[in-house]
Amino acid sequence: MARAADQIKARRAALHEGFLRHAGFRWLKASAALCLVLLVIYALADFRPRAGGSTWYGYATGTLGAGLILWLTALGIRKRAMTPGAWSLKAWTSAHVYLGLSLVIVATLHTGFRFGWNVHTLAYALMMLVIVSGIFGVIAYARLPTALSANRGDTTEPQMIEAVHAIDRQLELAAQPLSRNQTDLVIAAMAQDPFGGSIVARLSGHYPRCATRTAIEEIAAASAEAEKVEVLLIRREAALIRLRRHLRLRGLLEGWLWVHVPATVALLAALTAHVIAEFYYW
Amino acid sequence: MAFRIRQIDVTATGREIVRERLVEQPRLTIGRAAENDLHLPDLALDPVHAELLDAGAGQIEVKALGPLPFTLDGASTRATTLSARDGGELVFGGTRITLSEEDGVPVLTLRAVVGLEHTDQAAGFSVASLLPGRRRMGWIAALLILGFLLALPIASHMLRGPSPSGNVIGDGTWSPGKLSLGHHKLEGQCETCHIKGFVAVRDETCRFCHKDTHDHAAPNKLATARGSVPLGRSMFNQVSALFNRPGPGACSDCHVEHEGAGKMPSAKQVFCADCHAGLKETLGATTLGNAGDFGTLHPEFKVSFVSNADVRSRSRLSLAMHPREDNGLTFPHRLHLDAMGGAARMAFSLGGGSGYGKALTCANCHHASDDGVRFKPIEMERDCGACHSLAYDKIGGTVRTLHHGDVAQALADLSTYRGAMPLTRRQRPGAFADGGIYHAQFSAPPVPMTAFAKNGVCGTCHTAEMRGGRLAVRRVTLPTRFMDHGWFDHRAHRQSKCSDCHAASGSSSASDLLLPGIKTCRTCHAGEDSGAGSGGGKKFASGCAMCHSYHPIDAIPRPRYMAFDERKGG
Repeated sequence: MARAADQIKARRAALHEGFLRHAGFRWLKASAALCLVLLVIYALADFRPRAGGSTWYGYATGTLGAGLILWLTALGIRKRAMTPGAWSLKAWTSAHVYLGLSLVIVATLHTGFRFGWNVHTLAYALMMLVIVSGIFGVIAYARLPTALSANRGDTTEPQMIEAVHAIDRQLELAAQPLSRNQTDLVIAAMAQDPFGGSIVARLSGHYPRCATRTAIEEIAAASAEAEKVEVLLIRREAALIRLRRHLRLRGLLEGWLWVHVPATVALLAALTAHVIAEFYYW
Repeated sequence: MAFRIRQIDVTATGREIVRERLVEQPRLTIGRAAENDLHLPDLALDPVHAELLDAGAGQIEVKALGPLPFTLDGASTRATTLSARDGGELVFGGTRITLSEEDGVPVLTLRAVVGLEHTDQAAGFSVASLLPGRRRMGWIAALLILGFLLALPIASHMLRGPSPSGNVIGDGTWSPGKLSLGHHKLEGQCETCHIKGFVAVRDETCRFCHKDTHDHAAPNKLATARGSVPLGRSMFNQVSALFNRPGPGACSDCHVEHEGAGKMPSAKQVFCADCHAGLKETLGATTLGNAGDFGTLHPEFKVSFVSNADVRSRSRLSLAMHPREDNGLTFPHRLHLDAMGGAARMAFSLGGGSGYGKALTCANCHHASDDGVRFKPIEMERDCGACHSLAYDKIGGTVRTLHHGDVAQALADLSTYRGAMPLTRRQRPGAFADGGIYHAQFSAPPVPMTAFAKNGVCGTCHTAEMRGGRLAVRRVTLPTRFMDHGWFDHRAHRQSKCSDCHAASGSSSASDLLLPGIKTCRTCHAGEDSGAGSGGGKKFASGCAMCHSYHPIDAIPRPRYMAFDERKGG
């Protein structure tokens, strides 16, 4: 009984364990061991005339690296089926991260530290781009959700945008007594798409041409009506700031995939070109 | 205290019906029960959901009474205080209540809404709304790469014409590195060497230009000498053979291209050591000693020397056997180099103005060749004549000089000797050489009979003999090279003194081979893999290629022989 209870406890603990710590860092250990073995062979072996892709070690690491890349890419398909257990998606993701990192060593040793402006180095550079974006993704997944939920509080995404629209409806009424110039400012503020702005603005959270801010600065609160509008605009800005912070965090959380995925597809093409070119002009 | 309640309903035709009432009490309740002041028949609400209180000074307090919250300006809350003047928007279930103020009276405008109106904007939350599709980006990049970097060069290579000008387009991106200096002109013409697709560069391709490159040894000997190779490489060779890639012994096995501009690096020591380190064992019948590393495994040098001056026969022996040469000359180096000897004193008295120092040095007689690698053959008049004058007579102001290297002419000249030379007065050395006045007192008078006698003007260095019934001197053969299968560059050793390697000052016989053995070289040189640096107090890492060539090619000078009678046609 006690054993069964322990097993259940362990399984529960495993369920709450992230993909990085999965199974006591099993895949981190495996990848580290792989890199260590490759490094030791590289240090001890005698390459002729020097290390590179055309030595037996180069062909071995090249085959291993290409195999790893194909398997790592398969996560894109594997992730669509979430399964538990020893071959769970979590185990797969954990292996994806750590074996992906080991590619830095595998591929660099494969090159023999020879780089140039050619299709071979292009494949290497794309692979490194995929890995670096992946590292960013892992960091983002580890850190950003906390910041995201702290910023969001109790509100949901639709509520966040609804907050802006609620203020807009009040602005619509409150701005009725204002002059032409002032209403134009309010219209401009309300017309600006909260989801607009460039990708740079989205990821930096810095919107230099915010119409709401312009309206706040330029509406002279001379009358009680104008003052009321200004108060609403300030509330609108506060709602926008929260929304934009949310957008920035979400952008960072998913934006790396816009590098990771296209670079992976490009890498598969460059890898194919590299391998075929290598043997075509053998 | 009162609240003005304005209820707006929209008819099916879109017309708005506005109903207004004034409720004069400081507290209003909201809920789906009929007794509420604001009765909202909505199942999402509690029977008595919330209350609105006049908190004084234009402030309205809103509080949820049940467990469910309400919405203020889009956000869920359970209690809030609003200023009627600044307004606010409350949502209870499907009803939106807008707070405002008219004539000091708080106004509550009720309007029905159906859910959240802006859910269609949810897509805007993803960065996908700002960026092109991930797959599309990937596909475009992939197609560009496959098109320009793979399909274009292959198509261009397969469709190229037979003319050499039909360069393949786009294969420059395949080059893993610059070609070496010798192949520099082929840069960008990959198809010159990479003739067929998926076929590794063949030896025939190399031989198309390198026609004169000789094989190192017979192929069967090479195969035997190679012996067994380590596991990793033997597997590699097997796989190579499987894919029809040229294996060991192919040009490309040693000469690897695309290693960067500059000279193609020499083959590494291991390439030689693979076979030569154990050649005696693998090949059995060979005269070559095992050689795997200059510092630790290399036989003593074998030198080619003249073993019989009369027939000019050459022998090749290891220096370990202390061979002696027979170059046909009588020449004691010690006599000339002894700092206290007569030759040295003579050089000293001549002084720096005539190119001499405190004593006679090597450079006074031995002159480096133009390239500095070796030394010019000894020329008697230039290199010995300063002291060993050939002058024998003086008529008026004209000094008559014997023709070196021509015995018959010398005999004819001496037959007219009138005994007019001032032989008794010792004069400055070099006086007769090149227009000066001097005749060595240590020679007997230069008459035909005494000139060829021992210590005569000719007999000092040469041995007289009868050849074909005529007086002659023994043939002299002075090799310019001694090492047949290696070479030595004197220019690279300019910093050393001659005596560091050549023990000339102790040699009293011309038969001494003054060549340094391997021990001398090893004081500065170690093997390529010895970890030695390239100087700086440590030994020089020296691979096989520093002195040897794999291909016996004509460009490496073979030993040449210089003899006086050859030069003078005698």
